[in-house]
Amino acid sequence: MNAPGVGTGRYIGQRVRRKEDPRLLTGRGQFVDDIVVPGMLHAAFTRSPIARGRIVSIDTAIARDVPGVHAVYTQADLAHFKVDMINFYLVSPAVETTPLANGRVAYVGEPVALVIADSRHIAEDAASLVEVQYADETPVVSIAQARSGAPVHPATTSNISAQMGEEEPDEELEALLRDAPHLITHQVVHQRISQSPMETRGVLAVRDGAEELTLYITCQSPHLVARWVSLALGLRQTAIRVIAKDVGGGFGLKNHPWKEEVSVILAVLAFGRPLKWIEDRYENLIGANQSREAEMVLRTAFDAEGRVLASHGDYSCNNGAYPQLEECNIAVHMFLWAAYKMPRYGFLTRGWYTNTVGLAAYRGPWAMESLIRETALDVAARRIGIDPIEIRRRNLVRLQDQPTLSCMSIPIEDITPAECLEQLVQYFDVAAFRKEQAAARKAGRYLGLGIATYIEPTGAAGSIVTMTGELAQVRIEPTGRVTATMSTHSQGHGTATTMAQIIADRLGVPYEDVTVFEGDSSRGGFSPGAAGSRQGVVAGGAAIKASELLADKVRLLAGHLLETSPDLVRIENGMAHVAGKPELSRSLRSIAEIAYGEPDRLPPGLEPGLEAQYRYQPPPMTLASAANACVVEVDAETGMVKILRWISAEDCGTAINPAVVEGQIAGGLAQAIGMVLLEEMTFDAAGNPTAATYKDYLLPAISDIPDFEFVHCSTPSKSVGGMRGVGEGGAIIGAPTLVNAIADALAPFGEIPLRLPLTPTRLLSLIEGRDLAAKVEHPQPEEASAATAAADTPATVPAPVDQPVPAARAPEPAAPSGPQIDGDWKMVLSTPVGPQAMVGHFETDGTALSGYLKSEQGSMGFTGIVEGNRLKFDLKVDKPMKITLKYDITIEGARLTGKVKMGIFGTAKLVGERG
Amino acid sequence: MSEHRISMTINGLRHVSNAEARVSLSDFLRGNAGCTGVHIGCEHGVCGACTVIVDGLAVRGCLMLAVQAEGAEVTTVEGLAAGDGTLHPVQQALYDEFALQCGFCTPGVVMTLAALTAPGSKANEQQLLAAMSGHICRCTGYQGIRRAAKKLAAAPAGEQP
Repeated sequence: MNAPGVGTGRYIGQRVRRKEDPRLLTGRGQFVDDIVVPGMLHAAFTRSPIARGRIVSIDTAIARDVPGVHAVYTQADLAHFKVDMINFYLVSPAVETTPLANGRVAYVGEPVALVIADSRHIAEDAASLVEVQYADETPVVSIAQARSGAPVHPATTSNISAQMGEEEPDEELEALLRDAPHLITHQVVHQRISQSPMETRGVLAVRDGAEELTLYITCQSPHLVARWVSLALGLRQTAIRVIAKDVGGGFGLKNHPWKEEVSVILAVLAFGRPLKWIEDRYENLIGANQSREAEMVLRTAFDAEGRVLASHGDYSCNNGAYPQLEECNIAVHMFLWAAYKMPRYGFLTRGWYTNTVGLAAYRGPWAMESLIRETALDVAARRIGIDPIEIRRRNLVRLQDQPTLSCMSIPIEDITPAECLEQLVQYFDVAAFRKEQAAARKAGRYLGLGIATYIEPTGAAGSIVTMTGELAQVRIEPTGRVTATMSTHSQGHGTATTMAQIIADRLGVPYEDVTVFEGDSSRGGFSPGAAGSRQGVVAGGAAIKASELLADKVRLLAGHLLETSPDLVRIENGMAHVAGKPELSRSLRSIAEIAYGEPDRLPPGLEPGLEAQYRYQPPPMTLASAANACVVEVDAETGMVKILRWISAEDCGTAINPAVVEGQIAGGLAQAIGMVLLEEMTFDAAGNPTAATYKDYLLPAISDIPDFEFVHCSTPSKSVGGMRGVGEGGAIIGAPTLVNAIADALAPFGEIPLRLPLTPTRLLSLIEGRDLAAKVEHPQPEEASAATAAADTPATVPAPVDQPVPAARAPEPAAPSGPQIDGDWKMVLSTPVGPQAMVGHFETDGTALSGYLKSEQGSMGFTGIVEGNRLKFDLKVDKPMKITLKYDITIEGARLTGKVKMGIFGTAKLVGERG
Repeated sequence: MSEHRISMTINGLRHVSNAEARVSLSDFLRGNAGCTGVHIGCEHGVCGACTVIVDGLAVRGCLMLAVQAEGAEVTTVEGLAAGDGTLHPVQQALYDEFALQCGFCTPGVVMTLAALTAPGSKANEQQLLAAMSGHICRCTGYQGIRRAAKKLAAAPAGEQP
């Protein structure tokens, strides 16, 4: 337990106290609302009170007349700014997305008007006096309603915002599932979650001059915000500086600005004076992008010994009206069975538009894969009659099986979930627990043990445009102090601490002598900051490399000054020493003074100063692994769950600071406990959010969270320093671990319908064998009954998913001839990273087809075949991985529709028109 | 909206300024008195981030109006550490136990623990942990806060744990 990790040094691997803490403990932090600038005004929003409708009229006259009000803006006032609300991949949205509502509203809380006033109080007063008339329409709130309801966006033909995978059943896969000794059909209905950082969103925008814009904004990376604002607002000529010294949590919500922040920036460009908007908690709970809300059915076939044979996943997520990314969460499928010896997997995955606030990321956005797999494995173990630990041992990919390829062609060569599981069961006496559990059951007490294992992609770099390497700039000042500017950004991650530990270690200086600066886009260089559990892995590598470069320079200079070989110079505790000659020891300060101030004393050709920088490009992906266990007691009288123990055995490679690592895991686990037991963002039938305060949206408190016990299994990764990402893991593995423990406790009553959160009412329904939830919850009959049926019924295939209502179609035209096909077509392909626009050029010669596809990424030629009005051709691409894209296009008049088979990514939709 | 002249002692210094009757104590402390360590997390009394000490008691600054604090002794998180920078025992315990990450909820946690461990109002471990259930921390999973609270409960009143 708590053993020092690999790569331990004087500071790396040590529990040194955090550099961020003294200022935060004494109230000297600098959060966005703490910044005040001269001439600053305040903004407040008028928001839609209805979920769907047309804006008939907006009257701002009364609001404008309030003393202290400077301006009231609607979308019409800001429309001359051409804004492209791009996503995290810097791709344009699939549907028109404007900062303020443009003629229609699509969710309760959508910003309709922005008021600028002397104070926040006056701005809010006036915002409530903006008179908006709406023509109400019936909203589409749930995924079930989205399947058959009128399109949320009138310009689209269905509510599918993104889709991948196979729509038609794969007969071979279906046969494998059907003919297997055991088929487990398992459904999870995951509630909507509010990321709920304790600091809400906020921005202070200052236009310093015609070509300068400074943004103080609470965010996950000032560099990404600067890049996003420049591109989204088309401000290529503007010097944008983004500052965020302290940020009160992000968790995925603060990746980049959205409607409100953009409205404030545009208002500053229009009005000129500095403007601050600080979201209040009510706004945050109704108007800030939310997360999760998804439903999934996983069918998994097992042989008689519990070995996995084949599996199929059908996933749907409620994207809301204006998601930050129209996605169908392809990562759910990519990683679902990646750590297991699964021969074959197929899927269908869809994102749906609804009249709810749009989704954004939340810690472990693809976490459904671990939740549904690990809970399905336990259901299978119970049904087949084997131990839940044993079913994992039989199926996990072990170190000796690696390298290998997952069923989705992901290279698996560095994972240790099986090894983490063995360390976990060495630490936790399962046999003793089973005895205790049996004795307790005799006494009418229900104890349960939950086990889960998983892997997680961390530190990704190089395959997504914004997921870059990280930059470290390290210098020894003329004072001898060490200053580093990093591309990292902490929202509580403690990177000013962990990066300083690395630099102190690798440079040979005291930890106290190192200061790390971040949180300002004018310092360091681009990185996405906190996203994808990456900073320890990637920036850690950069800090090591930059420190080593700088140490080399110090040795070179010291060797020259001391007339000895640089190889004999060693740096320790801020001093340069020469082996065997203590009288030659020099402080780094004295060497730095010469390096900066006396260039004549430097060796020929050596650049003055003591500075180094390195941008580290890690392996494309570094996998982290873990196995967790938790013990619960469920009170059969009340349905309350008490967590008695929780053990996390995780492999994060080198732990730079074990206390920081444990803090990240514990925070993620607490969020997972909230997801399983407490948190739920609910809506009524009219689309009104009904959890608009923290009295309704229940966050875990100290009394809900147990003491976590940690087992560190430190297998160094292949990235420099050996670190693996640890930011998201707890939030991913925590949910299945807890669900499995509750399901184990309540196994005498049957399987739990997995509709999160598992409230006392829902658990009592199982215990008492009657639906107590129906009386207190808003009826959602189709979904609730489907959840119960699917979870409890063995070996059945779920009812086919409803198809969206197709748009009215003209009668089939006769097959077009060459001239009707030949030429340019404007096409849009729905890819996992959002819609990709391209031009397709076709030339036909009888049944022969040739042409090229042209996009921003370049042009690629192809040849193929023509079958009547169908065109078929293949394209081989290398990014994000080597796959063959199989195009199948149908042309009807001036319209083009089709599908593209994208290897493991399934099938993507293609639409187009004459270019 | 009526405006009032409000005077109170904040962190040992007299403060006098004007505010509307509707202004909360937390907004007053931040906006009028410059105590930006008072953090506003929910404005409905659940999260606890805005907790300050008013006449010896831990109070949610968002649920009290500034006019109600007329004449009161108010301590904020800025007023706890000694003049030479030595941390208050509560701050030191939280620092030693890695009890914070983003630090946004921290001032409220500090003030509740400081009020309950002040000389004369020494709370036991159970009382400190129960009081901590009134503070929402989204980052830490409360591990360090619990360790610090236990340490403080075990130490003599007002002394370094």
